[in-house]
Amino acid sequence: MPPVLQGILTIIIGVGGCVGYFYASNLILDKVIFPAKGPKAGININRANKVRPWLFLFPAMFALGLYLAYPVVGSFWRSLFDRSGANFIGLGNYFDLFSESTFRTAVFNNLLWVLFVPAMATFLGLLVAQLTDRLSWGNIAKSLIFMPMAISFVGASLIWKFVYAANPDIGIINALRDFFGMQTLDPLQVQFWNNFFLMFILVWIQTGFAMVILSAALRGIPEETIEAAIIDGANAFQIFFQIKVPQIMGTIVVVWTTITILVLKVFDIVYTMTGGNFGTHILPSYMMTYMFRDDGRATAVAFVIMLLVLPVMIWNIRQARKEMR
Amino acid sequence: MDNIAGQNQGARIAVNITVIILVLLWLLPTIGLFVSSFRDRDQISNSGWWLSPFSVEQNFRIRVGTDTARQIDGVHVIEGNAFRAPELEQVFEGHEGQISAFGTRAVAPDEFTPGERVELRQGGVLTVEADGSFRIENTEEFGARGPTIYVMALSPPRFTLFNYNTVLSADGMDRAFINTLTVAIPATIIPILIAAFAAYALAWMDFPGRGLLIAAVVGLLVVPLQLALVPLLSLHTSVGIGQSFLGIWLAHTGFGLPLAVYLLRNYMVGLPRDIIESAKVDGATDFQIFVRIILPLSFPALASFAIFQFLWTWNDLLVAKVFLPSGTDSQVMTVKIADDLLGSRGGDWGILASAAFVSIAVPLVVFFTMQRYLVRGLLAGSVK
Repeated sequence: MPPVLQGILTIIIGVGGCVGYFYASNLILDKVIFPAKGPKAGININRANKVRPWLFLFPAMFALGLYLAYPVVGSFWRSLFDRSGANFIGLGNYFDLFSESTFRTAVFNNLLWVLFVPAMATFLGLLVAQLTDRLSWGNIAKSLIFMPMAISFVGASLIWKFVYAANPDIGIINALRDFFGMQTLDPLQVQFWNNFFLMFILVWIQTGFAMVILSAALRGIPEETIEAAIIDGANAFQIFFQIKVPQIMGTIVVVWTTITILVLKVFDIVYTMTGGNFGTHILPSYMMTYMFRDDGRATAVAFVIMLLVLPVMIWNIRQARKEMR
Repeated sequence: MDNIAGQNQGARIAVNITVIILVLLWLLPTIGLFVSSFRDRDQISNSGWWLSPFSVEQNFRIRVGTDTARQIDGVHVIEGNAFRAPELEQVFEGHEGQISAFGTRAVAPDEFTPGERVELRQGGVLTVEADGSFRIENTEEFGARGPTIYVMALSPPRFTLFNYNTVLSADGMDRAFINTLTVAIPATIIPILIAAFAAYALAWMDFPGRGLLIAAVVGLLVVPLQLALVPLLSLHTSVGIGQSFLGIWLAHTGFGLPLAVYLLRNYMVGLPRDIIESAKVDGATDFQIFVRIILPLSFPALASFAIFQFLWTWNDLLVAKVFLPSGTDSQVMTVKIADDLLGSRGGDWGILASAAFVSIAVPLVVFFTMQRYLVRGLLAGSVK
């Protein structure tokens, strides 16, 4: 069967199955298990209402449990075994990893990414949000800066491969260097700094995200606070840094953490641009070098990523619980 | 009142200029790729895309035929025009152009200026004029193989669909496009329904442990995908799904659910309580309330999640690499570009550019037509 037909069939089965499941399970609950008639009608209705939420939740919980919760445990368990999966070696994979220099480079680079990308994207997003706030063509400008969000990491990498190309007839950076009489070079082979050239691609993609959210937050600031500051003689910079930024600090933190989590997942850029060569590996791309070759190592790297995400996760859950109260 | 930028003329101009620079910086790389995808392959490697509206100095190689050789006053002569040679004919319509230099050796194609008389190595004298007409004189008869001339000529800018044709036919991007579509659409539709029911239960039904479940969803929101790859692939293999489209649909459904439940619940909680309670008083069941009231009212949130999930599944490389077989039959576009084209067509920028554009065209259309919902979804997910 061609995949397209298979896809259409899956949509029909999936959607039909979902609706059918919810409809039928509710029907059975109300008519068969706890019928709302006879001597125990009242009790039955109450009982049915106690079960019903779980009917609604079951498919989602099942999928979440299987596809996200189980792997956390499953991956950790697998990482304690060797390549074949038959021999238990405890933390052997982790010790091996830490003695590898590429792994240490990847951890170091990943920390650079985690520091630089969220900071830069949030800063640029805030800058654009503030500058376009009262601009007549601000919405067009925002829309254009937001656009890279729609582009895949692979597509974005190709776009920037053009910019970074070593040939001055293709790469605009080397064309400029050539124009000013400098030697052409391949930016991706400049040790250490090449990491930043790769990071900038992600900054390019994520600035729009930060901008959209921060611009909404800036609009939500009460006018009176700003009016009062102006009357007190504050200048533009004072108003921005001392009145506006403190009021949207909460949103800035949310944007920052959201981008941080994204940074820890993105392997596409390094994979397409350098393949991890020239000292540019980060943990997600490093993990892919072991994928399909050594599952024990691969899951160990994945679990290290999980450990890096953990603080953000705990903070997020705390925040969510605070809001619910 | 807080018109900071408008306080004086100078500041306003500065703001405008800064924003223009930023927008250009953000836009130029994409424009460069877009322009390059339409350029002729030889022109791409001869001048930057920013020079594409201008003529390009290109180097051509002409093999002169000896069948037109004539004998004039005892001298063997070949006359012709470079622009009528088959090598140049397709580039220069109307057979007109300007020769800026010519040469007789491949290593120095621009050795001589037009009008110069040049001794050929195999004997004879060559002159090439700026208008392309050339003349070779030789006292002896020409052999079967004529001499080779190199000319540098300004060729007019040429834009073609050749790259797109090649990418879509020879490089199999058409198949990859359909595969991407096949992955993305079911993987977008199915999680929405599952998530909507769960979100309703978390938003409007009372049961013990609700708070914990919501916290769990928030926690799962940030679980790195990388963790899921190995255990799930072996799970899929052991239940017989293996690497297949079914496997990737299930995987995308699972990975998309936390965001879907979270977004939809946040939205549904904000729906007016009166409507739902009065429906309950009128005797509507939860199922009826959900289908008749909640779903239609939640349309904006459903739309914004659908856009997210569609963009995410369309653009995904990692999940496709792991959960789909690696053969060309089931390669999606991102895998095709990253694993195939970058390797085999590494230096062929025109092909790469058009492949990239084939893959980002649909997301861009979705983005620009449905930006409103996308923004709304982002705000619902983050600002709370």
